[in-house]
Amino acid sequence: MSNTLLDVRGLKMHFPITRGVLFERQVGVVKAVDGLTFDIREGETLGLVGESGCGKSTTGRAILQLHRPTEGRVIYRGQDLTRLTHQQMRSYRRQLQIIFQDPYASLNPRMTIGSIIGEPIGEHGLASGTEKEDRVYELMRLVGLNPDFARRYPHEFSGGQRQRIGIARALALEPDFIVCDEPVSALDVSIQAQVVNLLDELRERLGLTYLFIAHDLATVEHISDRVAVMYLGRIAELAPCDELYRNPKHPYTRALISAIPIPDPEVEAKRRRVILRGEVPSPLDPPVGCLFHTRCPIAQSLCSQEAPMLEDHGQGHLVACHFPEG
Amino acid sequence: MSFLHVDDLHVHFVTDRGSVRAVNGMHFRLERGETLGIVGESGSGKSVTAMAIMGLLPMPPAVIPSGRILYEGHDLLTHTAAKRRSIRGNRVSMIFQDPMTSLNPFLRVSRQLTEVLEVHKGLSRKDALRRVIAMLERVGIPSAAQRVHSYPHEFSGGMRQRVMIAMSLLCEPDLLIADEPTTALDVTIQAQILELLNELKHERGMATILITHDLGVVAGATDNVVVMYGGQRMEHSSTANVFRSPCHPYTQGLLKSVPRLGRTGERDKLYCIPGLPPVLTASAKGCPFAERCDRVQAVCSEEMPGDTSQEPGHEVYCHAHATEAAS
Ligand SMILES: Nc1ncnc2c1ncn2[C@@H]1O[C@H](COP(=O)(O)OP(=O)(O)OP(=O)(O)O)[C@@H](O)[C@H]1O
Ligand SMILES: Nc1ncnc2c1ncn2[C@@H]1O[C@H](COP(=O)(O)OP(=O)(O)OP(=O)(O)O)[C@@H](O)[C@H]1O
Ligand code: SF4
Ligand SMILES: [Mg+2]
Ligand SMILES: [Mg+2]
Repeated sequence: MSNTLLDVRGLKMHFPITRGVLFERQVGVVKAVDGLTFDIREGETLGLVGESGCGKSTTGRAILQLHRPTEGRVIYRGQDLTRLTHQQMRSYRRQLQIIFQDPYASLNPRMTIGSIIGEPIGEHGLASGTEKEDRVYELMRLVGLNPDFARRYPHEFSGGQRQRIGIARALALEPDFIVCDEPVSALDVSIQAQVVNLLDELRERLGLTYLFIAHDLATVEHISDRVAVMYLGRIAELAPCDELYRNPKHPYTRALISAIPIPDPEVEAKRRRVILRGEVPSPLDPPVGCLFHTRCPIAQSLCSQEAPMLEDHGQGHLVACHFPEG
Repeated sequence: MSFLHVDDLHVHFVTDRGSVRAVNGMHFRLERGETLGIVGESGSGKSVTAMAIMGLLPMPPAVIPSGRILYEGHDLLTHTAAKRRSIRGNRVSMIFQDPMTSLNPFLRVSRQLTEVLEVHKGLSRKDALRRVIAMLERVGIPSAAQRVHSYPHEFSGGMRQRVMIAMSLLCEPDLLIADEPTTALDVTIQAQILELLNELKHERGMATILITHDLGVVAGATDNVVVMYGGQRMEHSSTANVFRSPCHPYTQGLLKSVPRLGRTGERDKLYCIPGLPPVLTASAKGCPFAERCDRVQAVCSEEMPGDTSQEPGHEVYCHAHATEAAS
């Protein structure tokens, strides 16, 4: 078994909620991430899926210390990142990169895309002049952008094109670990495939490790070694990829897998959409007991009283459910 | 007369490095209660088409050298700015691909959403807020009554997207243009949103243009599909036709690229269409897909094919489609 690259222990990230204009008062706390413990192994791709708003991006950001966690530890190659000052954290920035979910907000509108991609190369003194330029062109070709575009500005690009600029930028430093926060959802499926192949190839060639956040479960299945399913700030299930898809044990995971849209109108027309009924719980006021019990199709009375622990059901298949299926 | 008729629309961007032909001859009709899917290559002009219908293209650099956008028979392109603004607020609305196009990062969500109703429907702040909270609940925002006072950055990507969806539905539009409305949503919430759009379509006859890369969503939620590449239509037909018997090599390649569930053993590569997307300059000629096409012929790089359909109601723009059918 390969070595642990990142060890996340008891990670919590809580945000205050305020209202009022002049005098902001706190009206609650969003428990975006509420006690995550898992590891990421060197050279693996750990898929991270779950409901929108369940804390996936926050987890990625907290690992990279873009948010300072409220509680918990993030140990990277033996070093607890949460204890580092901003200054000390800088030397880790090159190794730990992120591809942002939102390709619009993350690109400086006043820079040409050539300089956006080249900036980190220059900043870290990896190359300069024509060598840097060549490197930028190479990166652009890698992600399927025409190098002729290098002198254009972000607003001249479509959503998917911008996403590829972000990917090229993250790859520029050949980092150790990348949080890929929905890196392909803005792309057409052919380019998605190209980027997924590319990420996979780079992982193999450069020994990269990924935390791969996505909603498209087929893509996650394709690229991941293991997959974690989050629900409301916690891990509901974590297992080796094949095992999770063939033998999902948590009712939430089952609901997710059954809701995947199928690219065939006849199948779609006949199919009954599994829409989870019941109240969507809020991270402001999470339910007592199992976080999923308000919507769970198989919940029993125990579920609303006691929170299930994340337990190993053999071969690294972890499930947090009182009545795991299968 | 169609409810919406986009007729031979062309959009160019004129920059100091030459002009980009973003949309070349877009054409479709849309009726009330119908959902039209627009799919295609990233950068093929889907959002630009949508922005042109909304009258929101930045001009300059954008120019519309020719084309008409007939809304209930009236050409939106010849309307005054004031008239267009009123149509946009009341009858036509858009879910933007970029959430921050419609959300102001410095204002609380409550303020931004109630304003829509105050301005366009003349509701009081209090009534507006009630409607806003109800709509946020409909799109699945938990604790909507409390969360409504948050700033946009305090929401997750998918929650922001749902705030925008709520915003676009508040005024009960007759035409909704949804540009990648569900990319940031997990499949269960995506299903819920599509169900909501479907309800509005049946309840109120809302017409929808759904732009998405998710072919599963297209299969489940649309009646007809336009497949675009390089600013042009490649194929245009009923959703059933496009999925059951795709005729254009690009459509075929696209469908082949969809990742399927159930990988077998070792990780193999996903199929993707080889090559790079085209540069849409003025000097480009022929079929924009020619360089990447596996059925390419000599004529393809010379001449843009016209409609080569072999059956009524299934438009295909491909030389190979015509010649292969003839032989
Ligand atoms: N302001 C602009 N200036 C110059 N070119 C532009 C501008 N806006 C868009 N374009 C170009 O127009 C083309 C079409 O862009 P559009 O945003 O419509 O693509 P799209 O089909 O929506 O792609 P995606 O699926 O990636 O969102 C692209 O090649 C883009 O580079
Ligand atoms: N800066 C912030 N201030 C307050 N709340 C926040 C902040 N960032 C995130 N949150 C809240 O934390 C929760 C988790 O958000 P996060 O962005 O991690 O979700 P996500 O799983 O990435 O969702 P999505 O799939 O929609 O991107 C949400 O309820 C969100 O509103
Ligand atoms: S613990 Fe109970 S409520 Fe939670 S997922 Fe399992 S069965 Fe459902
Ligand atoms: Mg996110
Ligand atoms: Mg677009």
